[in-house]
Amino acid sequence: MLVVATGAVGAVGALAAISPLFVSMAPSERAKAAGAPVEVDLAKLEPGMLITEAWRGKPVWILHRTDEMLSRLGETAELVSDPDSKLPMQPDYAKNVERSIKPQYLVLVGICTHLGCSPTQKLEAGEASGLGADWSGGFFCPCHGSKFDLAGRVYKGVPAPANLEVPPHQFLSDSRLLIGDDAARS
Amino acid sequence: MLRPVMTWIDERFPMSKMVREHLTEYYAPKNFNFWYFFGGLAIVVLAIQILTGIFLTMHYKPDADKAFASVEYIMRDVPLGWLIRYIHSTGASMFFVVIYLHMFRALLYGSYRKPRELLWIFGMVIYLCLMAEAFFGYLLPWGQMSYWGAQVIVNLFGSVPFIGPDLAIWIRGDYVVGDATLNRFFALHVIAVPIALLGLVVAHIISLHEVGSNNPDGIEIKKHKDPKTGKPLDGIPFHPYYTVKDIFGLVVFMIIFASIVFFAPEMGGYFLEHNNFIPADPMKTPPHIAPVWYFTPFYSILRAVPPMFGSQFPGVLAMGGAVVILFLLPWLDKSPVRSIRYKGPLFKTSLTIFVTSFLLLGYLGLKPTNIWGQIGGGDVATLAAQLCTALYFLFFLSLPIISRLDRTKAEPDRVTS
Repeated sequence: MLVVATGAVGAVGALAAISPLFVSMAPSERAKAAGAPVEVDLAKLEPGMLITEAWRGKPVWILHRTDEMLSRLGETAELVSDPDSKLPMQPDYAKNVERSIKPQYLVLVGICTHLGCSPTQKLEAGEASGLGADWSGGFFCPCHGSKFDLAGRVYKGVPAPANLEVPPHQFLSDSRLLIGDDAARS
Repeated sequence: MLRPVMTWIDERFPMSKMVREHLTEYYAPKNFNFWYFFGGLAIVVLAIQILTGIFLTMHYKPDADKAFASVEYIMRDVPLGWLIRYIHSTGASMFFVVIYLHMFRALLYGSYRKPRELLWIFGMVIYLCLMAEAFFGYLLPWGQMSYWGAQVIVNLFGSVPFIGPDLAIWIRGDYVVGDATLNRFFALHVIAVPIALLGLVVAHIISLHEVGSNNPDGIEIKKHKDPKTGKPLDGIPFHPYYTVKDIFGLVVFMIIFASIVFFAPEMGGYFLEHNNFIPADPMKTPPHIAPVWYFTPFYSILRAVPPMFGSQFPGVLAMGGAVVILFLLPWLDKSPVRSIRYKGPLFKTSLTIFVTSFLLLGYLGLKPTNIWGQIGGGDVATLAAQLCTALYFLFFLSLPIISRLDRTKAEPDRVTS
């Protein structure tokens, strides 16, 4: 009994003594400070074009959707698993069919919700995409074959469990976008 | 000349005693075949990896800005650096070749059965450490496959319910795979895991020499001992008999090893993947990523299990389970005989299906899921992977039943050749 008690106290003490080693593996103050918001100029982003910006070390896509692209969201509504964006993968102000503040500008974190690969852009519909004639345009993850539509909504029956994340963002003016900060909106 | 030195040492350290216990008077069954080369070869590969690793560390820089360039520096500017690196990268793959064959030998001859359960468990822990070692090491060149492979594997931990996201951040030391991740993986790769591996290998060998080696007949040689000497009648001293035999095996292995190092170090993209010659780019995943070949069976299992309840944790569980279930093998096999030589048709069929599924999972893990086209809206390759995953687990789950039902043959009293 005494031996067990001594051993147990010793074990707790040993764990406490090595705990700083485990704590040291958490993100450093420098890593925490590196997450500043990013400002993007949209003036040169033509309809149908997509640009990638780095925010917190992750790729963020800004897609300028054409009216034709927006109309295809109706086609994919039945094919995706969360058409109404019920899962909290976006700020409340992007919880709509287009998953955006302004319908034409889609802002997404370009990281697959499966295991963190960056999906490739297959924006064009049809056979040219390489994903079959019935493809309505969107994103395809090369790692495990997940598919997303032009609002980043995940298709049914693929490995990814949720829609692509919409980061917090706001428009500073008609053509200036701030990613990572939505203080003015909320 | 040597004798006084040995006496001097033996009075202070049990040198001669250890040589007797583990070499000259360790009696191994006399009927070892081809399959018994791989344990010794694994030790040789471990030594090669440690030795070449030390010299790579002298030139490598574990810094996200410098790592890729320092590997290229080793390849181009360091005298014979290319050779040392190619030996190390070939050694990594050959380690798994040897270990998979070594494990398959145990499966063939029931080497995990009582009293060798702990021996098997030590071996399995070595296998786990080896997978960790390979994974940490693969990040170090900081190429595209390094980066995205690490991204995927770390995110596996991120899918654990509740603690997952925090756990993944803690492993990476940052919100994305970055410099902090590279630096700690380097530490784990060159210090932590190798030390654990060495300790485990010692435990594995001590435990082997305590219970004695199994053999292709799966019978105990200790049952028949020479009444005068007390030595097993079917045993021969490890040294010189098996040391000489193992040296022959080693020579053949080294010819293969050197051929790969000098003529096909990348092995057509299977040992060193083509995309890993592109520096890591956190903004862009290569169009097709696959892990290195030795992880692909488990990767296929991960990919085959669909998400459930809005989480892909089930796939991660299945992949983890595929490794963990191997630990249970000693208690799942209820057959009255150990070796496949005396097991019945049920086990032989089951093992064939298992091996085929494992190899097919490995193949599918290297390829995109759309490789075999589509049927009824689903990828044929995914369906095949799901079938193989089911068969993989069925081998283990059905083993307690089929090993009891099987028509086994009688084991011989003494070893056969």
